[in-house]
Amino acid sequence: MIEVKNIKKSFGDKVVIEDVSCVMKAGQCNLIIGSSGSGKTVLQKCMVGLFEPDQGEILYGGQNFTAMKGTEKTEIRKEIGMLFQGSALFDSLNVQENVMFPLNMFTKDSFKKKLERVNEVLARVSLADDVNKKYPSELSGGMKKRVALARAIVLNPKYLFCDEPNSGLDPQTSLVIDRLIQEITKEFNMTTVVNTHDMNSVMEIGNYILYMYKGNKEWEGNNREIIFSKNQRLNDFIFASEFLQDAKDMRMLEETGKIPNHRNMEEMLRKDAPSMGTSSDTPPTN
Amino acid sequence: MTIFSDIGRYLLMIKGMFSKPENGKMYWKEFIHQCTEIGYGSLGIVAIISIFIGAVSTIQTAYQLVSPLIPPSTIAQIVRDTVILEFAPTLVCIVLAGVAGSRIASELGNMRVSEQIDALEIMGINTKAYLIMPKIAAALLMIPMLVVIAMVLGIMGGRIAAVAAGIIPGIVYDKGLLEFFVPFNVIFALIKSYVFAFIISSIPAFYGYFVKGGALEIGRASTKAVVVSCVLILFADYILSALLLPT
Repeated sequence: MIEVKNIKKSFGDKVVIEDVSCVMKAGQCNLIIGSSGSGKTVLQKCMVGLFEPDQGEILYGGQNFTAMKGTEKTEIRKEIGMLFQGSALFDSLNVQENVMFPLNMFTKDSFKKKLERVNEVLARVSLADDVNKKYPSELSGGMKKRVALARAIVLNPKYLFCDEPNSGLDPQTSLVIDRLIQEITKEFNMTTVVNTHDMNSVMEIGNYILYMYKGNKEWEGNNREIIFSKNQRLNDFIFASEFLQDAKDMRMLEETGKIPNHRNMEEMLRKDAPSMGTSSDTPPTN
Repeated sequence: MTIFSDIGRYLLMIKGMFSKPENGKMYWKEFIHQCTEIGYGSLGIVAIISIFIGAVSTIQTAYQLVSPLIPPSTIAQIVRDTVILEFAPTLVCIVLAGVAGSRIASELGNMRVSEQIDALEIMGINTKAYLIMPKIAAALLMIPMLVVIAMVLGIMGGRIAAVAAGIIPGIVYDKGLLEFFVPFNVIFALIKSYVFAFIISSIPAFYGYFVKGGALEIGRASTKAVVVSCVLILFADYILSALLLPT
C-alpha cells in the first residue's frame, strides 16, 4: 500500500500539485487520470522519488519514503518497478540484456539462472524467445512496452508504476497492455499505479481512480462509479470523445425515463461496490 | 548568476559520483566499455592528426630557419619540443573534446531525454556513479596514453617529412632529437593531459546529464560542451604553463 499525504510541489512560482492525498491499495490497479498539465506525472514522479515534494509525505507500507536518506531510499527503490511512457529501454543493450540488467546489478545468480528468469518474464508478457537478441530500435511500440514491463517486474517488485502505458499504441495493443498490467498486478499482489488519460484503460483496469484537475484531487472512486459521477469537470474529461458522449446522452435519457433502463447499472453498482463510497461528487462551485 | 549555479551543480555532480558501487563487476564492465570508446575509438583520428602535425612542423621550422649559423639538427629539436610541449597534449585534447566530449554529452543527453537515467534511478542505481565516474576514469587512463602515442607519431611524422622533402637526412634528425632533451617536458605534457582529460570527460558529462527538453537540446548541449571544454583546455594550458615551466 502507498499512502500519499498532503503532497505539494511547485517549480519556481508555478504550483503544480496543491495538497493531494490518496491511498493506493495492494493488488489493485490504481489510476491517476487527468488532462495534460493536471500534475499526474509530477505526482507519480514525487511518489517514486524522482522529484522531491515541497511538502507532505509518501509512505510505502507505512515507511516514510520522503524522510529517508540515500541508502534507505535505495532499498525501497529496489522494490519499485516502473514502465515509462517511452519505454526507456537502454539503446545499446538487446532485449535480453535490458531485462537482465536489474538482475546483473542486484543479484549474484549464475548467468543460467538469470537467463531462465529473463525468459520467464518475457514469456509472461507474451514475447517469444526470438526477440532476445533484438535491439530496441528493431521493436514495435507495443513490443517495447512489453519488454519494459518485463524489465520492471524481473526483480518481483512490490510496487509497479506505469506512466501512460498506452501512449502511441493502437487500441488493440493498448488493451493487451492494460490486461497484462491488470493480470500481473493480481498475480503478484502488487500495488500498481498507472498514470493515464486513456478512457479505455480507465474502464478496463481502474480499481481505484484519482482524477486530478489543475494540481488538485478533484474526484476519486472506481471504474463503475466514474460513469455516474455528477462532477462536471470529470464529466467534461471522460465524455470528451463522441462515443462516450453518446453513452452520456443515453444515460441522461435513462435517468429522465425517456428510454427504459434495461441495464439497471446504478442499482448494480450499489450492490457490487458498497465499499468504494469515497467519491466526492460535489460539482465545482465555479 | 547562471554560471555560479552551474558551477555549484557541477561540483555536486562530482561529489555525487563517489559512492559505493551497487555491483563492482557492472561498474568495471562499464569502465572497460568506456576505455574502448574513448581510447580505441579516438586512436585513428589522433594518429592522423599527430603525423601531419609533426610533418607540417618540420617543414615550417625548416622554412623559418634560414641562417647558416644554426645547425640543421635544430629543426628536430624544435619539432620534438613543440610536439611534446604543445601539439601532442593541447591540440590532441582539443580534437578529443570534439570527438569524445560530444559523444559523452550526446550519449548522456539522449539517456536523460529518453528517461533511461530515470529508469536507472528508479532501480536504485546511483546514476552519477554508474554513468559519469567510469567515463572520467576511462578518460584519465586513456587520454594520457593517446597523448604519448601522439608524441611518438608526431616526431615520426616530422622525420618522414624531413627525409621525404629532403630537408635534412634521417640521421641528422635522429641526432637532433637527442640533443638538449629535457625529460621534464614529457612529465609536463602528461600533467597537462591528465588535467585536460578531466575537463574533456567531466564538462560534457555535466552538460549531457542535466540536459532538458528534446533532440534539439541534446545537440545544443553537445555543442556547448565542446566549446566550454575547448576554452577550459586553453585556459588550463596557460595556467599550467605559467605555473610549471621555468621562464
